[in-house]
Order: sequence, then structure tokens, then C-alpha cells
Amino acid sequence: MSVLAFERVTYSYPGVAQPALRDVSLALAPGEFCLLAGLSGQGKSTLLRAACGLVPHFHGGRFAGRVALAGLDTREHGPARLGTLAGALFQDPETQLVMSSVRSELALAQESRGHSAGAVARGIEEVALALGIDHLLDRPTHQLSGGEQQRVALGAALAGRPRLLLLDEPTSQLDPVAGDELIALLRRLNEESEMTILLAEHRLERCLASADRVIALRAGAIAHDGDPRSFLQWAARAEPALQTPGAKLFTLAGLQPPPVGVKQARAALRREGLLPDEPLARAGGAAGARDAAHVRGTAHDEPAAHARAAAGAPLAPAAAASVPRRPSRRARRTMVAPALELRQVWHEIPRGPAILRGVDLRVQPGESLALMGRNGAGKSTLLRHAAALLAPTRGRIDRGGRVALLLQNPGDYFLHDRVDREVSAAALARAGLRGLEDRNPRDLSGGERQRLALAIVTDTTGDEPAVLALDEPTRGMDRRAKAELAADLRARAARGQAVIVATHDPEFACACASRAVLLADGRVVADGPAAELLAGGWYFATETARILGGAAGALAPEQGAALLAARAAERGGRGETLNAPGSASNGPAVSGLRGKASAPADMASATASRASLGDGTL
Amino acid sequence: MKTRTLAPLLYRPLASPLHATRAGVAALWALALVAAALVLYHPLALAALVLAVLLAARGAGVARELQRALRTALIIGLPIVLVNVLVSREGLTVFARLGDLGPFGQGNLTVEALVYGAVIALKITVLVLITSLASLAIDPDAILRICRRLSFRSALTASLAVRMLPLLAADAQRLADAQRTRPDGGPRGARAGARARAALLGAIVAGSLDRALDVAATLEVRGFAAAPRAPRLQRSWSRHDLAFAASALAVLTLALLARLTGLAAFSAYPLLHVPLSAGLLVLCLALALATLLPFLDRRGIEL
Repeated sequence: MSVLAFERVTYSYPGVAQPALRDVSLALAPGEFCLLAGLSGQGKSTLLRAACGLVPHFHGGRFAGRVALAGLDTREHGPARLGTLAGALFQDPETQLVMSSVRSELALAQESRGHSAGAVARGIEEVALALGIDHLLDRPTHQLSGGEQQRVALGAALAGRPRLLLLDEPTSQLDPVAGDELIALLRRLNEESEMTILLAEHRLERCLASADRVIALRAGAIAHDGDPRSFLQWAARAEPALQTPGAKLFTLAGLQPPPVGVKQARAALRREGLLPDEPLARAGGAAGARDAAHVRGTAHDEPAAHARAAAGAPLAPAAAASVPRRPSRRARRTMVAPALELRQVWHEIPRGPAILRGVDLRVQPGESLALMGRNGAGKSTLLRHAAALLAPTRGRIDRGGRVALLLQNPGDYFLHDRVDREVSAAALARAGLRGLEDRNPRDLSGGERQRLALAIVTDTTGDEPAVLALDEPTRGMDRRAKAELAADLRARAARGQAVIVATHDPEFACACASRAVLLADGRVVADGPAAELLAGGWYFATETARILGGAAGALAPEQGAALLAARAAERGGRGETLNAPGSASNGPAVSGLRGKASAPADMASATASRASLGDGTL
Repeated sequence: MKTRTLAPLLYRPLASPLHATRAGVAALWALALVAAALVLYHPLALAALVLAVLLAARGAGVARELQRALRTALIIGLPIVLVNVLVSREGLTVFARLGDLGPFGQGNLTVEALVYGAVIALKITVLVLITSLASLAIDPDAILRICRRLSFRSALTASLAVRMLPLLAADAQRLADAQRTRPDGGPRGARAGARARAALLGAIVAGSLDRALDVAATLEVRGFAAAPRAPRLQRSWSRHDLAFAASALAVLTLALLARLTGLAAFSAYPLLHVPLSAGLLVLCLALALATLLPFLDRRGIEL
């Protein structure tokens, strides 16, 4: 018997004519790890809520069809009863912790199901040990970090030992390390206890390798249902915005089949002779220089990088260990006036820790900078200092003009019930929100809310702000919305505005920034060109960089594809032949890369793919 | 950082005998002190209680927070003294005459009214200190868990209110920060400022409702609707449980004895009567010792 079965389910929220789910039929077998993919607003969250009975019992609306959770019809059993079979973890950990201490939180779910005191105590111990949160048991929940909160919320969802675990973008507020840890934890639970997992996620590259199956939703209907590889093949044809960067790299390079993870991608490239044993960036030499030349041709960030170099800002020679040095006094005299300069900035909490510890940072006009680091590293505090929301306890901050700051939650900026009351008509038009004047800002999609909030903080009658700072602007955004935001930020930088983005998303950082700064424990631990810094790590690196080993600083799939095409052409020029494919599925890889030089049809296909992907997705 | 404004009175686990005591017993101990503060009026006895609670806070590792609570209590107490002096007409020892106050009669300020106001302020100080200490050192979840055996939903609602307070404060701070980052820095002028504050309040309420919906959904899937009684926990009594239970009993007995025997008798009107005796001094010392002795045993308190 399947753990979860949807039979021709169609559902509309109250007062909304358009169905959120349309004729959905699916069945999950015990122990399946299933990924729900889809752009924002396509029905992923609604499907998860239907699976645990919140739809229709909690939300109301019109419901047709049947959902059975372990044989129980969700129309006949409420969420409380279904909760013994399905645990749910939603996006915002803060709204999922209802008690004051971790132990009480883990106990509540079991006590509310009538477990005995002994069973509750045992359940707490087991869950705490399984999730590695035993050291947190007596901590107050309001003192936990985002990652810890999400783990505790997961523990509460697991405390009743459910057969099915439903997760709605659980990593969206976590840094890359905490996000990867959570996915690994889910995989372990799935492997060791045969727990069925249904996970909705935007950053598919993070979890695709763990999944057995992917269901893609489009306009509330199932558009694809298959294994991860078939999903990527479908996405390349039908929904390019859902492709992972690795799959996009292969598509652009004309390689088949698309890889499900970094390991698979590297193995495929190595088989084709396109990936040397040593990463070229480390090997250096002529090949590395040639690769670098190919990648430079596709980089979007040259103007800002040149401007920065001309201004004498510190450029790190090597990524990972490049801690910035203050330029000499003579060098500073010859520099262009910075848009923002922090000098030895400290932020110390009275009778508490230091959040920033002697930060030096100089940002030039037209420069775009990605601020990265783990949760609690000091990114948000640094941005608040930049925008004068906080004053340093030591050190000095010079601003070349107004610093506009977009805080994490765009909803915090909305005070009115109509979009046109929030900003001027001109700002609305610039933000591409014309036609939405009479809508309530809270009813807009995630991307539209972000654009409106950005319009609010930058809506001036006079000059544009000298610096635009954004704190985690891509939380919960799909790739298409992220790409639009990245394009907007690049345009602002090109107009001379300095852009600083605090983000956990290396792909977004690569798309919008020419320089990256890594913060840890309130200190700048690395500062350099994004092409170097985002190419050399495990966590703070793009998937393309991890696949290509950081070769020549190729971060984006387009850059990686150019690099691979150049390597293939070079091999062709030397008269070498690519490895013969070992299987039928590898066949198109060879023909695709040869096609760069010889097959016009394949070239046209690759070019068309690039055209369709290059402007719309990350 | 975000809970900084409310943190002074929030419970946090610490290594102290009071923290190591089961919440039910610790709450009884605090209630015994409250009862003592309510039945005793002699300023010396009340001063002994203030001193004992401050020393107990030191033993519980929350002395700094209690000093802050003491300042708050004094701020509350001062107006009480002033108002009592101004409105009370019962004392006989006049120290200042304000003349004829029309419908309020003669404005005679008396020493008795001053002292009685000070005693009431002292009583309030003791109560503020005890409740602050209890709030800082007794796990609210454990207390609410006991209440859940009586009424699950009411107690859970109370738990949520406790949990959501810092979150609401953080929401308000975030929204205020967001308004400060607007290019115009927010509306200027009294009327525009009032409108902006109303809009901000509306936004906070809207955000709270959004959050409440999410929390409600979480509670639904955690089985809130089933709402059975919380199971009784079987725990052996620790040395600290026994010590604080004995302390509570001793404090209550001493306070009642003092009240019934008139050992700590005090009356303010019409003339001050503040007897001092060796018995009273012994009572004060015994009250302080009974309150503080459980803090001397620091075995088995580490987290």
C-alpha cells in the first residue's frame, strides 16, 4: 500500500477561482525520497498541505478528488489524526517553535497525542540523538540559530515517528553548510528508517542527488514525474528555469545525459577527457591561461572589475586565504572616493559577544559585492552599519552618499493596502509593477514583493543612492525571479551604483557580483574577485565551479560551457578523439561537443538552448 | 540581539539550586515568600525579605537582573509614597501644612502617612523582586505543563503568548528599522507621524496575524486539536526539591507565627507603632535563613 495517494485532486483556495491543484494523481511508496519541483506559485506548498490534511480542513476552499494518507482519507480525518502519520516542516522555523525550551518543544507533539510520560521521555532522547541536538535540549528556543531552530522543528515533526515527512523549502533560510547538513540528515533518516520523504525545494542542486524521484508541478498540475535524470532531461526541454546549474552546463555544452550531482558530472567529463585529473586553476600554466581567456570572454562583470582595479582597491591574488589589507596612505590619496568605506569597525554588545571585529571594507562606485558567510557571521549587522541603522562601538564608516538598505523581509516595508500608495507611479513603472496598482502588496508574489520593496527603498526624487545594500534578497525565490533580480542589480552597478548583497546563494552571488567577501565570526576572512573566491570552496562555491574544479574561475554554466567547448576544440585541433561513449546514454555527449566544430544542427541546438537560458535563469 | 529588550525577565537555564529544583516546588517556594510579604507589615521584616530575595537572586545567578527589577520597584514605589502622603488624612503628626485645598480640605502632610506609604512601597518591592526571581529562575514551560494537566488549551495558549512576546518585539523592531531605511526616513510632523505610527501598528498587526496563521497550522499538524491531558511525570525528589519545599514550609510557618503572635506587629495610624524586640530580630534572621539555606547546597546543579 502506498504511504500517500492523490486521486484526481483539484483544489481552490477560498475566494480564488483559479485552482491551486488541478487533477493531481500520484502515489508514494514506503521509503521513497521524492522531490517536489516547480516555480513559485505552482502548487508545491498546497500539495504538501493537502497531504497532511491542512487542505481542506484548515484552509477551507473547494476540494475534489481523494487524498489517502496511509489509507486514511484526509476528508474524513483532520490534521491532528493525520499528524500521527505525517510530520510537517515548513519554511519559517520561527513560526514552528511554540514552546520556550527545546525539550518542551519535542515533548509537546507527543503529549498532544496522548503518549505516556515514559514514551515522551524516550521519544525526546531518541529524536535528540538522531538529529544531533541533545546538547540543545535545555536551551531556550529564542536563543537558537536559524539552523538549530530548523533542526529542532524537524525534531518536533519527527517526535511521533511519522511514516511520512513533508518539508516545504526547509533550507531556504539556512546557510549552505546548515542546508547541506539538513539534506544529509533527511537522507540518513530515509535510508535508516525507511521514512518516506516529500520535499519541496527551489535549490534543486542541493538535494537532487539524494532523491529517488522528482515530481514537477506547473500551474497546479503534474508536469513531470520520474527519476532525477529524466526530470533534468524534461526540464531542459520544457522548463529550463528548473534546471540545476550542472545540468544547464551540460545542456549548453551539448552534453548528454545531464548530471544529477557534482560527482556524476565530474565522472562524465573525465570519461570524455574534458576534465584533467588536477584542476587547471591549480595546475596553472598555458592551459590554465587559455581557459581563463575563454571564460573572460563571457564574464559580465568586467566593467566593475576594471573600475575597481583602476581605483586601486585591493584585489586578492588567491581566493581562499586572501584577507584584505588596507591600502597605503599614498595609494588612498590617488583612489576614487569610495561609495562606502568601513575602517576597523567593531560592533560589541554590552555584556555580550562582538558581532563585528575590526572590519575593513572599501566599496567603489559601480562595484557589485557579494557578502557571504554562515548564519551569525555578521553579514546583516555589517549592512545595518552601512545604512546607519547601527553605530559602530569602535571604528569609522564613510559614505559617499545615501545607502539604501533592503532588509530580509520585503513585507516589512508595506504599510498600505494598495501598491500605488507605497511608491510613486514612476518608481512603480521602473520596477515593472505597472498594472498592479490596486493590488494589496501582501498579495503579490515573492518576486513582485521584492521588486516593490526595492522600489520603496530606492524611490527618490533626486539622485539615486550611492550604495544599494540587500540582505538575503532571494529567500524563497525561484531561479527565474533570482535571475531578474540579478539582472537589475547588474544594471544598477553599470549605472555607477555600488551594490552589496548579503547572500547564502553562490549561484546568485556569481550572477550579480564581481567581488566576494567572506565573513566568519565578525571578521573578513577572504576578499577577492568572485571568480576566484566562489571557485575554490566546497560550500561557498557554485555548482559549475565544483564540477570544473574551479578551473579558470568559471562560475556560471555559460562560462563553464564556453570552457568545455574550448577544450573540446583544442582536442579536435590536436587531432585527438574523444573517448568513445560507454553506453547509449553517453552518445549525444560526443556528438554535442564535436558539434561545436563540425555539426551545424547540434550547434544550432546548443545556441538555441543558450539563448533560452542565458537571460532567464540562474 | 532581537530579544534584548525582553531578555532581562526571560527564563534561561543556569547552574543554581533554584534552577535545579522541580518547577512545582520552586513555584511553591516563591508563593510562600509572596504570602510572607503579604501577611507581614513590619518594615524590618519586609526589609529582611528584600535582603533575603536579593541574596537568593545572587545564589541563583540572576543578581544583575534583580538589581534592575529593584530599580523598577523603586520607581513604582516612590509615587505610592507621595500619593499616600498627599491623600491620607489619618495621621496625627503633621510635618508640613499646605493650607486649605478647597474641596480636599486641609492639606496636612503627616509622618504616619509617609511611613505607611513607604511600607506599602516596600511590600510592592518585595513582590516585584520575588516575581522577577521566579520569572528568571523557574521554567515557564514546566509550570505550564503542570497547568496543562488542568486545562491543556488554556495553558498552551499561555505558553504561546510567552513564546510570541519576544517575536512580536522583534517584529516591531524590524518594521521600525525598515521604515528608517526609507529614503525620506519616514513622515515628518505630528499629524503625519501619528498616521505613520498607525500604519506601522497596522503592519505589525497584519504581520502578527500572518505569523499566527502559520503557528496555528503548525499546532494543527502537531495534534493540538486532540488536546488530551499532559501525562504526569514520575520523578524522584532531588535534594534541592526537598530543601526548597522545606524552605517554603518554614517561611510560611514563620510568617504566620509572626502574624498570629503579634511579633511583627505594626500600625501607622493614628500614631506610629513600630515595636522592636529581640524576638522580632530573631524572626527576621530566621526568615532570611529559611529563604537562603537551600542555596548553600550546590551539589548536582550543573547543566
